[in-house]
Amino acid sequence: MTDTAAQPAVADAKAAPDTMAWDSGLRRLMMIYLPLGCFVLILLFPFYWMAITSFKPNAELMNYRDHNPFWISSPTLAHIKHLLFDTAYPRWLKTTMLVAIGSTTLSLIASTLAAYAIERLRFRGSPYVGLGIYLAYLVPPSILFIPLATVVVQFGLFDSPLALILVYPTFLVPFCTWLLIGYFKSIPYELEECALVDGATRLQILRRITLPLAVPGLISAGIFSFTLSWNEFIYALAFIQSGANKTVPVAILTELVTGDVYQWGALMAGSLLGSLPVAIFYSLFVDYYVSSLTGAVKE
Amino acid sequence: MSVTTLSSHTLAHRQPSWLVRLFDYKPFLIVMCLAPAIGLLSVFLTYPLGLGIWLAFTDTTIGRRGIFVGFENFQYLLTDPLWWNAVFYSVVYTGIATFGKFALGFWLALLLNNHFPFKSVLRAIILLPWIVPTVLSALAFWWIYDPQFSIISYLLVDVLHWRSSNIDFLGSPWPARFSLIAANIWRGIPFVAISLLAGLQTISPSLYEAAMLDGASAWQRFRYITFPMMMPILAIVMTFSIIFTFTDFQLVYAITRGGPVNSTHLLATLAFQRGIAGGELGEGAAIAVSMIPFLVFATLFSYFGLARRKWQQGEAND
Repeated sequence: MTDTAAQPAVADAKAAPDTMAWDSGLRRLMMIYLPLGCFVLILLFPFYWMAITSFKPNAELMNYRDHNPFWISSPTLAHIKHLLFDTAYPRWLKTTMLVAIGSTTLSLIASTLAAYAIERLRFRGSPYVGLGIYLAYLVPPSILFIPLATVVVQFGLFDSPLALILVYPTFLVPFCTWLLIGYFKSIPYELEECALVDGATRLQILRRITLPLAVPGLISAGIFSFTLSWNEFIYALAFIQSGANKTVPVAILTELVTGDVYQWGALMAGSLLGSLPVAIFYSLFVDYYVSSLTGAVKE
Repeated sequence: MSVTTLSSHTLAHRQPSWLVRLFDYKPFLIVMCLAPAIGLLSVFLTYPLGLGIWLAFTDTTIGRRGIFVGFENFQYLLTDPLWWNAVFYSVVYTGIATFGKFALGFWLALLLNNHFPFKSVLRAIILLPWIVPTVLSALAFWWIYDPQFSIISYLLVDVLHWRSSNIDFLGSPWPARFSLIAANIWRGIPFVAISLLAGLQTISPSLYEAAMLDGASAWQRFRYITFPMMMPILAIVMTFSIIFTFTDFQLVYAITRGGPVNSTHLLATLAFQRGIAGGELGEGAAIAVSMIPFLVFATLFSYFGLARRKWQQGEAND
């Protein structure tokens, strides 16, 4: 710096990273913040629209001339009240919750054991079992729902939430197993070897050493499974017939959409309430969720 | 004497814990650990997959066991304009939506890869369209696409005065098709962006520094560093995206149910309409099975993407 001859070179070197980071204010605004703002606006607008519609009285809903559609002048809880007291909505919520928790628990148990066997008990052919489970993830529900409907009928489970609890693990287990294999991999072998030397059985090792260390992975797998089973649609549509046993997404579409005049207020209120549980659940565990999403892709 | 005492001693020691010992016997433990997962997947995934292929070759309907009819279902599908229509729209839908999702998602990932305040909050918010139940956000889109009270029409007609009449989003075939594609892109952007962002963050900054010393422009840095480094993860995310876009069901079923005049049927919605709603299980299964060749193609794409990555890194890693 003291050397004047070196000054231009230093300035040059400083200018280069500056242009890379687009630090010149206006350019940064145009290239980053403006497009980013547009993305956020477009990605969030349907939710804003959903929320604002749920609290609008019908008169405002159908009259854009006298009321600015982007705002509510006299908010009302009528749609939500209608939903909660005149429809079976609380019941649908309960069924969905039951199915989501049941299938999540089932898949967590199954995939923890499977991932432990594949990654830690290591036997001949364990990579192939892992690959097989991974391939199962690539089989989309749209191919399976017709034969699965006949299987569900054979088992006498048609129209029962139990059918959904048993069927959802088909897409949850592959994902969770793959995620947990990654987590188990990050736990040092030495810990288990020490325990083995101390005379612990393998199940004790799983319960007292591996599982406590894999808790972040279990949480990620758990919330992922919960949101996936909460959102599932095609199986719930095909296997559940009676109005009382439907899950929220199916029930809103089949029970609330009636006739030619759609009650948009109630429909949007139902969508909002149906989205809230996952949204809240998600916001509590955002970091786990993002890490599981990206972790599973990287695997 | 000493031998018998020893053996009786060990026996007494072992006797109560035979169950524990059984569970500590490795082959048994492996079987027990794999049993729930493999059991569930065999009964509810592998068996139905096989059954579905079998059903496609029978004339089963709801309530009646069918008989084997060979390729009759497929021959019928080949002459069925509705099936061709669904294949056409499935391909168009997948093609345009995947392109849109990846172009916009990649752009969003590049934007998010910069430093700015509240980045993690923004990242969390951006994922919302992906975690909310698709059917419920599809309902919001249905309302946004309403012929009379569409907010987009309101903006274009009454606020910006760009048009004189409301847009009929879902009333005629091509606008309906593109409306659905737009909704699908909207839902897919977050997943693509967040996955690709994870990939972007693994690229070492020193590569960019080296390129800048050599005088590479921003476009060249993107073209020769970012893009090639992202190829492996792009291949995987794209395979998933293609598979699940091609077999999409919820969006179309929620917004148009295949209408107007069957122009927006995807193979999955057509299979549902024929198989479950119409009761023709055999024919529905045949439509579902006809998706498999496309999916195999996508999976091979993924496989070669992965192989290429291993080859690039020169070692077996996962």
